[in-house]
Amino acid sequence: MAAPCVSCGAAVFYRIFLGGRVSLARRQGVWKAAAAELQIGAGSQILRLRHTTGVTTKKNVAALRRETYTVEFIKKQIEEFNIGKRHLANMMGEDPETFTQEDIDRAIAYLFPSGLFEKQARPIMKHPEQIFPKQRAIQWGEDGRPFHFLFYTGKQSYYSLMHEAYGKLLDIEKRQNQLQAKGLFSENTKTKDLIGSRWLIKEELEEMLVEKLSDQDYAQFIRLLERLLTVQCGAEEEFVQQFRRSVTVQSKKQLIEPLQYDEQGMAFSTSEGRRKSAKAEAIVYEHGSGRIKVNGTDYLLYFPVTQDREQLMFPFHFLDRLGKHDVTCTVSGGGRSSQAGAIRLAMAKALCSFVTEEEVEWMRQAGLLTTDPRVKERKKPGQEGARRKFTWKKR
Amino acid sequence: MSPTSRPQGESAGPGAASRCPATARPAGTAAGRARHQLALSPGVWPRPLRPHVLQSATPGRARPRGRTLASAATPAVREPKGDNDLDDRILSEPLKHSDFFNVKELFSVRSLFDARVHLGHKAGCRHRFMEPYIFGSRLDQDIIDLEQTAAHLQLALNFTAHVAYRKGIILFVGRNRQFSHLIETTARDCGEYAHTRYFKGGLLTNAPLLLGPKVRLPDLIIFLHTLNNVFEPHVAVRDAAKMHIPTVGIVDTNCNPCLITYPVPGNDDSPPAVHLFCRLFQTTINRAKQKRRQMEALYRLQGQEGPGAHGQGPAALPSLGA
Repeated sequence: MAAPCVSCGAAVFYRIFLGGRVSLARRQGVWKAAAAELQIGAGSQILRLRHTTGVTTKKNVAALRRETYTVEFIKKQIEEFNIGKRHLANMMGEDPETFTQEDIDRAIAYLFPSGLFEKQARPIMKHPEQIFPKQRAIQWGEDGRPFHFLFYTGKQSYYSLMHEAYGKLLDIEKRQNQLQAKGLFSENTKTKDLIGSRWLIKEELEEMLVEKLSDQDYAQFIRLLERLLTVQCGAEEEFVQQFRRSVTVQSKKQLIEPLQYDEQGMAFSTSEGRRKSAKAEAIVYEHGSGRIKVNGTDYLLYFPVTQDREQLMFPFHFLDRLGKHDVTCTVSGGGRSSQAGAIRLAMAKALCSFVTEEEVEWMRQAGLLTTDPRVKERKKPGQEGARRKFTWKKR
Repeated sequence: MSPTSRPQGESAGPGAASRCPATARPAGTAAGRARHQLALSPGVWPRPLRPHVLQSATPGRARPRGRTLASAATPAVREPKGDNDLDDRILSEPLKHSDFFNVKELFSVRSLFDARVHLGHKAGCRHRFMEPYIFGSRLDQDIIDLEQTAAHLQLALNFTAHVAYRKGIILFVGRNRQFSHLIETTARDCGEYAHTRYFKGGLLTNAPLLLGPKVRLPDLIIFLHTLNNVFEPHVAVRDAAKMHIPTVGIVDTNCNPCLITYPVPGNDDSPPAVHLFCRLFQTTINRAKQKRRQMEALYRLQGQEGPGAHGQGPAALPSLGA
């Protein structure tokens, strides 16, 4: 059902105030469900407690169907919304003419502060078009003739889309045949870069067409569009682009630290890294001989275990720059292994500034630039540890 | 040249139930007149022309009868009361001629032959009820009798034209994927409707639920392919018969022509044949609609000339083919 919509200005508070109901409940005591009945019969007063429930046992069949809103109802809601908007503007002391949706949201948040976590459960006041689901208007005119030529199929928008797409495919093939007949056909198989976009998902397509689709319908449609992509020569690109949505390319998001220069003119780059509860900061110099200093001491002395030193080596080993950089880092917190991991992450991030974008992408795919999200899981009551249960005793 | 089977009597033919033997009907009825007007060969009995039946029922009503399934009154056009006699004349005028829309000139046996309409399927696929329409069989392939096809096609086109003239809803149905796009384009170009996709079960019989509460059903269904993709009769044939919707259908040698009101024996698999039929139907419908517009303009003009002047109006037009 629709979220609590505060749409009427004059009656803004009637849904929120439970004044009348509260007083009634108080009079009848705590048990709202029970009603005391006075039975007068044969001279004596017998008090009988009769339990009445507000919910009937029969299912409300009409309410199970999707609720359809008539055009007049929606129009009335829009009028009420506009009047309510003006009342709200007056209440807040602002100009009703220039009261935007952000102002409405701020006003409602101010007037009805809610501590609910679910944002959609808080009081909202939006235009009815955004609240009530989009519906189909009546599909035929006064004489009963439907407007759309594919009305009798049941899924007119979807089938007309398929018809249109197939028509374009036929046009393209005809044009290519004509060009081939004339001998002017050039095999330009330029595959458009489709990495940054994805096909529409079924729900988005349903929303676009305002129609229910089946999985097979959707699959068929995507197959037709793919076929259009393979044969097309650039003419119908906008038609196909309508059905593609851009997807954020992960590799472009990597932040590359700017280079800094010290007194001798040597370039260096700084960055931070974390692992469990260890924090590290690394400074990587552009030219060096592979010396790593951790908290003032050499890494060989700070990390006696080979495994930790291998972790430190890994970014350089990956990029084939083992003896080419000098590193100075500080680390605190955590244990032996997590400090090593934190320094590794910090060094890899700092190395990004000295390295090409392709190699940055390789490092990202190798997992060198991702902070390890694993932390110690909390202990739960009733168990000995995070997962370990107490010893089970049969008796 | 000896054709395989050409029954002289009508009793063994398909749709015997809907036909009446010649001897039982007196010559003076509408059907007899129709038969005489169309000048058909003896072996073929024309179906009683629907417009005649309609005319006798309620003259002058433009609304389709009983197509809608609404429990309430049909959502009809509310014509102003003063134009009732005008509408009577507009609607009754075409019924006085046998070929008001001159559909005969749109095709000939030669053009049907050139479009390969006479080619049927192999003899093993032959449907028993199509035997009257088959001229013979050559190299195991059935050949459809184009004389009969021409006659049936003329009736079918005439009926389609009358339905379009009376602003009926025409639905094109076909289930061959090769021609789906063509059929839909044809329907869109003549302003009618098409359904060449998966046919949902209760589309005609349960229309208020599937399409809307007060939907108007088609007044005529034209089948470009009577069979569906698994070579079974299309569900719409049976459903249209249930819902009393007249049908026009191109029946191939493997189809069942029983439930179709105006069967047209012909090839439904070759591209030239299907293109020809689509063109024919499109031309007929456009012609009929244009004629309707002309008649309305004509009668409106005559109505505006003044009530005194319209005594000598179209009522004095001679009716052809008495």
